[in-house]
Amino acid sequence: MDPKDLRFTKSHEWIAPDGTVGISDHAQHEITDVVFVELPKTGRAVKAEEACAVVESVKAAFDIYAPVAGTIVATNEEGAKNPGLLNKSPYGEGWLYKIQMTTPADRES
Amino acid sequence: MNGEKVVEPLSFEKSAPGRKGLPWPVCDVPVIQVDKQIPANLLRTEPAQLPELSEPQVVRHFTRLSHLNYSIDTNFYPLGSCTMKHNPKVNDRIVQIPDFAGLHPLRPHELSQGILEILYEVERWLSEICGMDAFTLQPSAGAQGELTGILVARAYHEHRGEKRPVVLIPDSAHGTNPASVALAGLTAVTVKSTADGQVDLDDLLQKLTKDVALVMMTIPSTLGLFEPRIQDIAKKIHDAGALLYMDGANLNALVGLVRPGDLGVDVLHVNLHKTFATPHGGGGPGAGPVGVKKALEPFLPVPRVAFENGVYRRKFDRTNTIGRVHGFQGNVGVLIRAYAYMRLQGAEGLRDISENAILAANYLKAKLTPLFPKMPAGACMHEVVVSGEGAFGPGVRTLDVAKRLLDYGYYAPTIYFPMIVPEALMIEPTENESKETLDHFVETFRTIIAESKATPDLVKTAPHTTPVRRLDEVRAARDPRLRYKP
Repeated sequence: MDPKDLRFTKSHEWIAPDGTVGISDHAQHEITDVVFVELPKTGRAVKAEEACAVVESVKAAFDIYAPVAGTIVATNEEGAKNPGLLNKSPYGEGWLYKIQMTTPADRES
Repeated sequence: MNGEKVVEPLSFEKSAPGRKGLPWPVCDVPVIQVDKQIPANLLRTEPAQLPELSEPQVVRHFTRLSHLNYSIDTNFYPLGSCTMKHNPKVNDRIVQIPDFAGLHPLRPHELSQGILEILYEVERWLSEICGMDAFTLQPSAGAQGELTGILVARAYHEHRGEKRPVVLIPDSAHGTNPASVALAGLTAVTVKSTADGQVDLDDLLQKLTKDVALVMMTIPSTLGLFEPRIQDIAKKIHDAGALLYMDGANLNALVGLVRPGDLGVDVLHVNLHKTFATPHGGGGPGAGPVGVKKALEPFLPVPRVAFENGVYRRKFDRTNTIGRVHGFQGNVGVLIRAYAYMRLQGAEGLRDISENAILAANYLKAKLTPLFPKMPAGACMHEVVVSGEGAFGPGVRTLDVAKRLLDYGYYAPTIYFPMIVPEALMIEPTENESKETLDHFVETFRTIIAESKATPDLVKTAPHTTPVRRLDEVRAARDPRLRYKP
């Protein structure tokens, strides 16, 4: 994913036009090596700014907030199995989950 | 282990078949067949693989391991938030005398007047120090104290017919607070901090709805800062029908100076191992007494100790109590140590302790300020939080500097906490340390910062002189080996 196409939250998540969500390169650098990822269940409805995933590094555990309201339609099981992907490829293989936006225009706000 | 020499092999690795420590005497009571007592599906199918060693092997193994211990008895231990202070040895001596060590908790109260008096007095003194009306001594640690305090507050609201499921917690509070809230069946909501590390009042007021049971504040906060608007905040909390909980883990900065109850605190826990010099965790029992204002007293755990007609008794007859949170009266050995400490210090001595803890932290802060460009302005309380941003050489992070401190014989301060300070180092000197120790610690920082600029790799690969070199924390977390496999 090209960072130019992404929108970023103040809490360092990114969201792609298709609703894919991850953490920024800056975030992965700041939290250092990710050792554990807890993903939401698919089908879960989330509100904007609702904590719906957890990323844990050797430093601490961090809540990941939903950038927009919607329903979780896919999660990155490969990332959960291999948390290092979040460090290696924060905008690619290290994505977290995909959200079907209730109002796609929310992404722009 | 990176091919390093092994400091001490595992006991399993020294095992030899048939080697024994003690010759067991012949059993002089009827032998009960264990496999008749335990359901078949819970029995082992093969014997446990335990190491087989002789007694001197076992003694040497653990003695050698004990020599690797780092403790407050061996050196300065500036682990912020943890208050690693000296525990006067006399307290341990007192608790070991047979009159205390031999007590049985079921002995009738007529024969337990001495210990009941001590417990009663500890409760009374803690109430006086904290400005509260009553204390329970039962909780066995700070976190259990939090849970107890939250359950008491929840029972208070429920007794008034109010359902308040939310607890507000500033992000400068102790990390255990949200976990205790969840355990008590309530929902934790975070309140933001302002740039100067105080509670964001607008955010607090916006979230302070009629759903809020409790606001949990750590005073002084984990930034080592006192909240100057606390009385105003307490009033707003009370106006909203909620209660103010104080995480009293940092009470060691307040004793004899400020009484939390006078600030508007309704319920708090204190950690006896921090403020009152009982030994720290490491598996040993702790104590996290919980103090409350009068309106909450009926909900405290039972039994309570009462003094009536010249006699101390345990009282169980409290209809609104949340019940027990610990066996008997709590970890009595710890409570006796705290009693001895308070007796030894007296009111003035306790006040001196808080003043000296604050003085030591501010002395360190003043001496460290020229070394850290992002040092927050203003005075701190009992601990100083330093941001490592911009202080070290290229690519060197707070983690590396903390590891390098080990090479100089120091225990590293707390790092990366509180999370609201980038590259945080949290240093708590406590009241015990001499000016010489603090000066030497600052000089060590100066040396390491110079190293981080001249020879960054030296710092980035530290420690170099410890029994084991830098541990691979990432691999330990991603691929943990939790048990021995031959």
